[in-house]
Amino acid sequence: MSGSQLVHPARERAVAILGGDPDDATLRRYLHGIPGVDAVGLEQRAAGLGSRSIKTTSKQWALDKIIELIDLTTLEGADTPGKVRSLVAKALRPDPADATTPRVAAVCVYGDMVPHAVEALGAAHGDPDDGLVSVAAVATAFPSGRSSLAIKLQDTADAVAAGADEIDMVIDRGAFLAGRYGQVFDEIAQVKEACARPDGTSASLKVILETGELNTYDNVRRASWLAILAGGDFIKTSTGKVQPAATLPVTLLMLEVVRDWHRLTGQRIGVKPAGGIRSSKDAIKYLVTVAETVGEEWLQPHLFRYGASSLLNDVLMQRRKTTSGHYSGPDYLTID
Amino acid sequence: MSFLEYAPAPESRAILNLRDEYGLFIDGEFVEGHGTPFQTISPASEQRIAMISSADSTDVDAAVAAARRAYQRTWSRMSGRDRGKYLFRIARLLQERARELAVAESLDNGKPIKESRDVDVPLVAAWFFYYAGWADKLDHAGLGADPRSLGVAAQVIPWNFPLLMLAWKIAPALAAGNTVVLKPAETTPLTALLFAEIVQQADLPPGVVNIITGAGDTGAALVGHGDVDKVAFTGSTAVGRAIAKTVAGTDTKLTLELGGKAANIVFDDAPIDQAIEGIVNGIFFNQGHVCCAGSRLLVQENVHDEVVERLKARLSTLRLGDPLDKNTDIGAINSREQLERIRELSDAGVDEGAERWTAECEIPDDGFWFAPTIFTNVSTSHRIAREEIFGPVLSVLPFRTPAEAVAKANNTPYGLSAGIWTDKGSRILAVADRLRAGVIWANTFNRFDPSSPFGGYKESGYGREGGRHGLAAYLAPAGAARPARTHVAASEAAAVEAPRKSARTPKRQAKGTKR
Repeated sequence: MSGSQLVHPARERAVAILGGDPDDATLRRYLHGIPGVDAVGLEQRAAGLGSRSIKTTSKQWALDKIIELIDLTTLEGADTPGKVRSLVAKALRPDPADATTPRVAAVCVYGDMVPHAVEALGAAHGDPDDGLVSVAAVATAFPSGRSSLAIKLQDTADAVAAGADEIDMVIDRGAFLAGRYGQVFDEIAQVKEACARPDGTSASLKVILETGELNTYDNVRRASWLAILAGGDFIKTSTGKVQPAATLPVTLLMLEVVRDWHRLTGQRIGVKPAGGIRSSKDAIKYLVTVAETVGEEWLQPHLFRYGASSLLNDVLMQRRKTTSGHYSGPDYLTID
Repeated sequence: MSFLEYAPAPESRAILNLRDEYGLFIDGEFVEGHGTPFQTISPASEQRIAMISSADSTDVDAAVAAARRAYQRTWSRMSGRDRGKYLFRIARLLQERARELAVAESLDNGKPIKESRDVDVPLVAAWFFYYAGWADKLDHAGLGADPRSLGVAAQVIPWNFPLLMLAWKIAPALAAGNTVVLKPAETTPLTALLFAEIVQQADLPPGVVNIITGAGDTGAALVGHGDVDKVAFTGSTAVGRAIAKTVAGTDTKLTLELGGKAANIVFDDAPIDQAIEGIVNGIFFNQGHVCCAGSRLLVQENVHDEVVERLKARLSTLRLGDPLDKNTDIGAINSREQLERIRELSDAGVDEGAERWTAECEIPDDGFWFAPTIFTNVSTSHRIAREEIFGPVLSVLPFRTPAEAVAKANNTPYGLSAGIWTDKGSRILAVADRLRAGVIWANTFNRFDPSSPFGGYKESGYGREGGRHGLAAYLAPAGAARPARTHVAASEAAAVEAPRKSARTPKRQAKGTKR
């Protein structure tokens, strides 16, 4: 395992927590020692959180917050520079009719589209905390991850070199399901290394678990711990290419892991549900779940994101409704 | 602003169309009672909702007589299929008026609207649908072919789930062919009276359902009435014991659903986050006003501190306040009297050396409130570990082995319910087998379904409600002897009044001398 030669603070911490090198046996002992998940109870809790009634001022705040937390995404084989420019324009001015509308957190594109996104953003490219828009790139043979490690690392390094601020990698679900936890750990750790820039800074790493393929909540919980132990900055539910994608129970479960990790180490890890969140109503349920599970401080772009595309226009429509008192049609909103 | 201070989201009261005064519902009509009327208040604001009639013994006589007439003239002669039609109609009307009933329930009882809306009222409709289906299938109720109804059922219900307890009582009784006189609790009569309106709307024959309101003496007069064939009671063990004495030695059949002090057992391999939710749901659901509440938390000692720590963190997110706000988790305590009892027992817990922790929350100025409270360092000898508190107060006791958990769980005069939390299926079965409780939940708590029987061991009562078993409380096998009074009356069918009274009088006197 080449990863063991790298000296990385995340790795050192993992060794300390695991009580040994992150090989298959040690990881198995640790991950299988985590308490199980009762599916019925988890779904019941998620449904309970989903029944909160968010009205008036709370709703207005929530709608703006959702926009600020969106990774506006296009991940198609048919993506072109023109399509990416259009996406960026939408990210910068989601509602051209209302200048008070906040910008989204980031645009999320395939690695080869990063230069076009960076160019289109121009001076607006930067940290969402400063009111700017980041560029996120999917990497590591997204969405299947079925490629050699060398290609995955090169894929990552190329995107970072082209100006990506965030890398959305996929884990090797095959290795995970076969119990080769050490391999999954190593890949994540090495992709994290590949996120490093020459100036010593590093792109933020989102680790996509593809929960729809992991199938059980127990697996999701274990994969979440694994991804965080290996140095992921964010854990992300899905690629959006597999059904089911993000669900509220899965996101709740991942938030619980993040909460427990924070309790254990003091470090704050981000969570990104992606795919399948299309309505404001659904998105608000996620906000509630975040706030009541890990706390309100997680409602900021460095700790929570929505991976979405069609969600934005529904939020804009609701936003207009709260300001004007009536609904407009989809033709009054721009498409990207 | 803080997002977690959700903007108020109150359910509108506009849907309620309450009268200022309510009479007794006897023989299909609202009539004035002869007792001193009393007011029902909202426990969240202490504001008056309506004036309620009080039934004295003459009103009880009138209600029982109306039920008897309806039993003999119509209900016992009607086919099961037709009885089922009425019950289905009631069930549909309950669904149609669900929102109104939920608002009324939260207003009168103090429970959060999300519970009355998502739990109480849907279960009420489910109970009527379920027993409506049984009405024409009584041959399969387990009592042999052609079982017979009992006659007039006197039913007294508590204030914690006013409408749901009404459904538990009335639906099986009517499906089995009995008529009923029901007395709701003094502090929560409102939804029973709205149900009376639904009975009118459904065109149920007059006298089949009679609802009389009043305090304890009204209930005593009803259950002690000589012409009732069946008494069903849900409430405190003390009152249940008094009722058992009253009907002892008579032909009256009796079922009691009384108190509890359920153990919720958390093993070290439990799914921890769901167990925390289950503990919260077990004791803080309905402000802990639940007879089967998981009020004793038994935690394996090696995870005790972690469970308590997580539990405190979770309790800190509960929202206490206006029961009609859709985001309220913890509503008001039902009455000042109950609040006093909860306070008394909590103080006793502190005095006896247990460690008290109470969630920080703002308590409204008016109304009756008690913040969610946990006691740790509790011993089995403490009052808070033995007595039913019936409030949002949890006693945490550690255990070391499954054997100790079972021994501690069973170490109570009650035996209504219990909970088991573990990832190990075989342990669930092994422990459940040894727990003496009527209902045992595994990796969940406080789940109810009309098809599942419910009832207790020991001082938690006898008889079962719900499911096929619940029908047995309202039926007798075809060959079973019929009590003298109803036998005479039934044989003379339509020639009602005189013979029945004469048949009943000697029995009453006999009962009087026995006491």
